[in-house]
Amino acid sequence: MFAKIHYYLKSFLFLELLKGMSVTGRYFFRRKVTVQYPEEKTPISPRFRGLHALRRYANGEERCIACKLCEAVCPALAITIESEQREDGTRRTTRYDIDLFKCIYCGFCEEACPVDSIVETNIFEYHFENRGENIMTKEKLLEIGDRYEAQLAADRSADAPYR
Amino acid sequence: MDLANDLWNWLHEYVQFTIYSGVKALSILLPLFIVVAYYTYAERKVIGYMQIRKGPNRVGPKGLFQPFADMFKLMFKEIIIPTNSNRYLFIIAPVITFAPAMAAWAVIPFDDGLVFSNINAGLLYILAMTSVGVYGVIIAGWASNSKYALLGAMRSAAQIVAYEIAMGFALVGVLMVGGSLNLGDIVNKQAGGIGHWFFIPLLPLFFVYLISGVAETNRAPFDVAEGESEIVAGFHVEYSGMTFAVFFLAEYANMILIAMLCSLMFFGGWLSPVPDLVGDGIGWLFGKTAVFMLLFLWFRATFPRYRYDQIMRLGWKVLLPVTILWLVVEGIAVYFKIGPWFV
Repeated sequence: MFAKIHYYLKSFLFLELLKGMSVTGRYFFRRKVTVQYPEEKTPISPRFRGLHALRRYANGEERCIACKLCEAVCPALAITIESEQREDGTRRTTRYDIDLFKCIYCGFCEEACPVDSIVETNIFEYHFENRGENIMTKEKLLEIGDRYEAQLAADRSADAPYR
Repeated sequence: MDLANDLWNWLHEYVQFTIYSGVKALSILLPLFIVVAYYTYAERKVIGYMQIRKGPNRVGPKGLFQPFADMFKLMFKEIIIPTNSNRYLFIIAPVITFAPAMAAWAVIPFDDGLVFSNINAGLLYILAMTSVGVYGVIIAGWASNSKYALLGAMRSAAQIVAYEIAMGFALVGVLMVGGSLNLGDIVNKQAGGIGHWFFIPLLPLFFVYLISGVAETNRAPFDVAEGESEIVAGFHVEYSGMTFAVFFLAEYANMILIAMLCSLMFFGGWLSPVPDLVGDGIGWLFGKTAVFMLLFLWFRATFPRYRYDQIMRLGWKVLLPVTILWLVVEGIAVYFKIGPWFV
């Protein structure tokens, strides 16, 4: 009996509705969390997995030794590698393609690489304008690596203590 | 100046009347369109703010030109007429919804005597006009030749009919206290400060009216007609471009109408709450209306959508008995002339 009266009193006084409206009313004056994207950006972790790059050693020698571990570990089969012996007797890639349409940005290639050659940069704003541009060739990957080497090295050293 | 006067007098009396009425109608409708445009902007801003977002702020300073951007987009979009639909009804339906929503404004008094047509059955006229809108919804749903549109139309029609009754009864209460069907008279009866406004003796009826008003305009939390998660957009799924915009305009004009009627019938319209300190004026009416318009948005930002059977339960089994009960109470009070309101 008492429970019933309580129930009717509660619903006819709109208590819960008013409670809900007071919550939204308070949120109206809260500081807004919107990030105005092109002008403002959220901070990026050094572990961010974006566009790929192939790195070089400080002396300009490319790191990749064509071990094909990345090709083997890639769950999306996005990496295609062909290799042959260079004149100095070392094994090098002649072809290193990543199909960005297949890639799922899992970062396994980077984990698998024994020489830290294939890495994922923190670049996430890129687009393709023509067919075929989704295939990242060895030249394109090396160029990205050269251009962002400073950033890549900094990110890797920042993450090193946790690995 | 003389020439203009001569020209005016030279016109036939009926022509003069037509021009005069046209100008009067435009002076109500044009501001109404602008208010509707900025009401949509306010809606997006207010709901955004309540969700700790910023809302539209790209077009113009603080996004103030957003309504115009939306308007131009809708105007230039293609009107797609579905195959096997009844194209005449399909095009006419938005107009049937839109025209009464605009026509209802004819009897709204904005200030003492400032009214387009001062008819003495104003309340009845408004009830009639807001009911005609549902025909547009049904016709739109049927003419679209789409099951979702038809289902949405059915839901919407049943809902509007159910809440129309509670709403009508709530207004019966108003005219029992007001003693008139003329909205101007109803407001003038509330003269004498905030204590004389009708929302005090008619508090339950006011809430019933507000809730049915929200349901009547198919607004959240009663927006099952366009419940996105259930039936896409309801009766206007197949509408695009200008035809959709006309539905949209009608819905928002109706919301403003309900808000204004609330302030006219329960909150003293243009009357000042403390007549000894501040004078009456049109500003009070607009201020009160703005508060109710904000309430509509606040409701939408707060409440989750009602389930359909619960809407029907609320309309028939809660609001209707409450109104009838209060009418009985009010009838007794009027008969025995109790309190300051029932003299």
